[in-house]
Amino acid sequence: MARSLLFPEFKIERDKERCIACQVCVRQCANDVHEGSDTEDTVVSQEEKCVGCQRCVNLCPTNALTVQTRKDGFRPNGNWEDRHLRGIYKQAETGGILLTGMGCDRLYPVYWDHLLLNASQVTNPSIDPLREPIELTTYLGKKEEKLDIHWEGDSPVVRTRLAPQLGLEVPVIFSAMSYGSISYNAFRSLAEAAREAGTFCNSGEGGLHPDFYPFGENIIVQVASGRFGVHRDYLRVAAAVEIKIGQGAKPGIGGHLPGEKVSKEISRTRKIPLESDAISPAPHHDIYSIEDLERLVFAIKEAINYEKPVAVKIAAVHNVAAIASGVVRAGADIVTIDGIRGGTGAAPQVIRDNVGIPIELALAQVDERLRLEGIRHHSSLLIAGGIRSSADVIKAIALGADAVYVGTAALVGLGCHLCQKCYTGKCNWGIATQDPVLTKRLNPNIGRRRLVNLLRAWAFEIKEMLGGMGVNAIESLRGNREHLRAVGLSREECSVLGVKAAGEGW
Amino acid sequence: MRDPFRIPSGCAVSGILNLDGTHVSGEKIIRSIEVMHERSNGLGGGFAAYGIYPEYAELYAFHVLYDDPLTAKDVEAILKRSCTIEHSEEIPCKETENIQNWPVFKRYFLRYRGRSDCEDDEVVRMVMEVNSGIHGAYIVSSGKNMGVFKGVGYPEDIGKLFQLEEYQGYCWIAHGRFPTNSAGWWGGAHPFGLLSWSVVHNGEISSYGINRRYLQNFGYVCNLQTDTEVITYLVDLLVRKHNIRIPYLGAVFASPFWEQIEKMEEPKKEFFTSLRTIYGGALLNGPFSIIVGFPGGMFGMVDRIKLRPMLAAWKDSTFFLSSEECAIREIAPSLDRLVALRAGEVISERVGERNSHGQKLTVSGV
Ligand code: SF4
Ligand code: SF4
Repeated sequence: MARSLLFPEFKIERDKERCIACQVCVRQCANDVHEGSDTEDTVVSQEEKCVGCQRCVNLCPTNALTVQTRKDGFRPNGNWEDRHLRGIYKQAETGGILLTGMGCDRLYPVYWDHLLLNASQVTNPSIDPLREPIELTTYLGKKEEKLDIHWEGDSPVVRTRLAPQLGLEVPVIFSAMSYGSISYNAFRSLAEAAREAGTFCNSGEGGLHPDFYPFGENIIVQVASGRFGVHRDYLRVAAAVEIKIGQGAKPGIGGHLPGEKVSKEISRTRKIPLESDAISPAPHHDIYSIEDLERLVFAIKEAINYEKPVAVKIAAVHNVAAIASGVVRAGADIVTIDGIRGGTGAAPQVIRDNVGIPIELALAQVDERLRLEGIRHHSSLLIAGGIRSSADVIKAIALGADAVYVGTAALVGLGCHLCQKCYTGKCNWGIATQDPVLTKRLNPNIGRRRLVNLLRAWAFEIKEMLGGMGVNAIESLRGNREHLRAVGLSREECSVLGVKAAGEGW
Repeated sequence: MRDPFRIPSGCAVSGILNLDGTHVSGEKIIRSIEVMHERSNGLGGGFAAYGIYPEYAELYAFHVLYDDPLTAKDVEAILKRSCTIEHSEEIPCKETENIQNWPVFKRYFLRYRGRSDCEDDEVVRMVMEVNSGIHGAYIVSSGKNMGVFKGVGYPEDIGKLFQLEEYQGYCWIAHGRFPTNSAGWWGGAHPFGLLSWSVVHNGEISSYGINRRYLQNFGYVCNLQTDTEVITYLVDLLVRKHNIRIPYLGAVFASPFWEQIEKMEEPKKEFFTSLRTIYGGALLNGPFSIIVGFPGGMFGMVDRIKLRPMLAAWKDSTFFLSSEECAIREIAPSLDRLVALRAGEVISERVGERNSHGQKLTVSGV
């Protein structure tokens, strides 16, 4: 075979003075980059195979390794970036669609970074979260427009029965990541952390392994186009059911779990034959219109006896506000919107990077549209796709979200280094892999603790920011765009976001 | 000129209600609010008075402020579409030492001609149409047998300008304003009035943005950008349209914490849980103390962690609410009972309801 035209993407430097040839790196790299020698005290590296996951760097006991992005020597060209050349070389060699993992990494504007929060000064005291309670408790689900109260003398008799709600102690949920796309231990870490932190995790479209049924009260199960692992008990054990129509990383297309990954446990969970490809079609083949969606929503509601909320997840696309309005009218108790930066285990790069819109814009438009139509209370809004910090969470809530999903941030909490190679099944961090040697690297007890810590830290930060604004209950910030101001955005962007420019008062 | 922005302000508030229905002149309430002179800065003061138009008790009394008197014919055209103007006149004003200029104020007594069950909604619609559509005119109050008198100046001067000592009412509410920047528009002063509600408020609502959007859902247009406007509309929505009784408004506006709700007993717990879950958009967050007047009564309330002052007092058959004790002692040196409102507490009294005399109604405070 002819030599590849691709250069290595990473440069590995081994400090000879430090390297003790212990061969830890050799054992840690699932990509077989490092090679030890039985006879000599040296280790050599084949940079071509390195994906930059930093596992070897992190575990090298003498800090002898540095793995850095290699500067390609291509002649600088404002039009032809390195990535274009690399893409063409790869495709000319393989003739295939370029695959990738994780969310869109292109330099589109990240609107969170153009939004600034408010704080109280003089006219309104800020609240110190160490002295006064600040409430983050959030309920997701349909809210009645009005409480039907009947008075018997002086005592109220409530005639309205509250629709089923999901109660969260922090407005952050772990987003859909199936067992299959991530390891058993990663899933276990998420489920245990959700239970301990008073929130939820989402099963993704891969069914629910029997070991996780006891966590049902903290799990949202997904019903996607492949219907993998969907059966009565699966629907009934969960706290809520989410119908997945689309995903931010790959709007308009389905999914594919290659047969090699369908191990015994995964075949058992998904209810498909061992080693057979698990293909989720692009559309649900029983949903070709909004009326069809309504039927599925109510079929599920029937199955779960109207006892739990049903969510519908869509990707943020151009007409998202009108689509979301249709979804609300189709009976969804929660609408989940996933933006272009939403992560994935595997997606065609061209789709991940070019289809969909940023979640901030989609959220602002959906919230406003539902309010204008007077149906905002019919559904809660959950958003996903690129939430990186507590600041992003609080800005999302101020823009109008009820709560947010985090996927990538949770995986980073578990050790992910965003190498974007989740689709290879060789995740050196034991997350996006089913290889028993690799999955062992993630201890679910440690994973749980790290995730609980992360949510706790974010909750503290959110309370500090809320207190600073003089708000002691999160519902008073929800959709309260007066507490947001935009910097460095055009007038159109400000108006789409429904936010005034920084410097403008009330 | 309307203020283009929301202006935070500190304030003094005071209210008197005669539980036996006795009418008194405005002289007392002026004295009461004057004591708190330091809490206002001369940029806004006003009064609401109940029971002042007994001869027109069945009619809507509209107080209209005209920055541009030429707009009167447009306003009257709107009023005449669904009402008959039984009587109208200029509201008499008398120059005082400190106020030499003032806009034109007119009052109209209107008989509604349509179906009685949508009367209030129609009045609200008319008020919104004039206040958001006609530049140069502004309806400051629209209730029955009541009226709001307000303007730019210290409240005591505003009281003298309108000669409130000439009016007789059973309930009087006053406000002195301390806006943080100059608000030169008379309509921007308080109380805020809609139908027979009048609201005075001391504080700044940090939930304003969402309260305003929440109200949009129900057709209320907030064009004044003031917290008091938002509070008034919320009171109107919850009490008039959603059948929530006044003592329970605290459960929505200054809701108890979830932890406290958790400890309540059924059925109270279910009621409070439902109120908070459904009416989250109506939760008023941030510091406030408010006095709200309504036909036959008056209530006071403070925010959920009590960041602004409010006292309630009783003497014989008079009920008082005020930002400061001195404002009550000024007009009633000895009191039967004096209490400071607790966080989230609503204290409400009505004419004729002597059984609750001196008895505070604690609802949302635990
Ligand atoms: S792929 Fe990861 S573990 Fe392997 S050499 Fe590169 S950085 Fe090290
Ligand atoms: S999950 Fe693993 S493979 Fe995927 S980006 Fe993170 S470290 Fe890389």
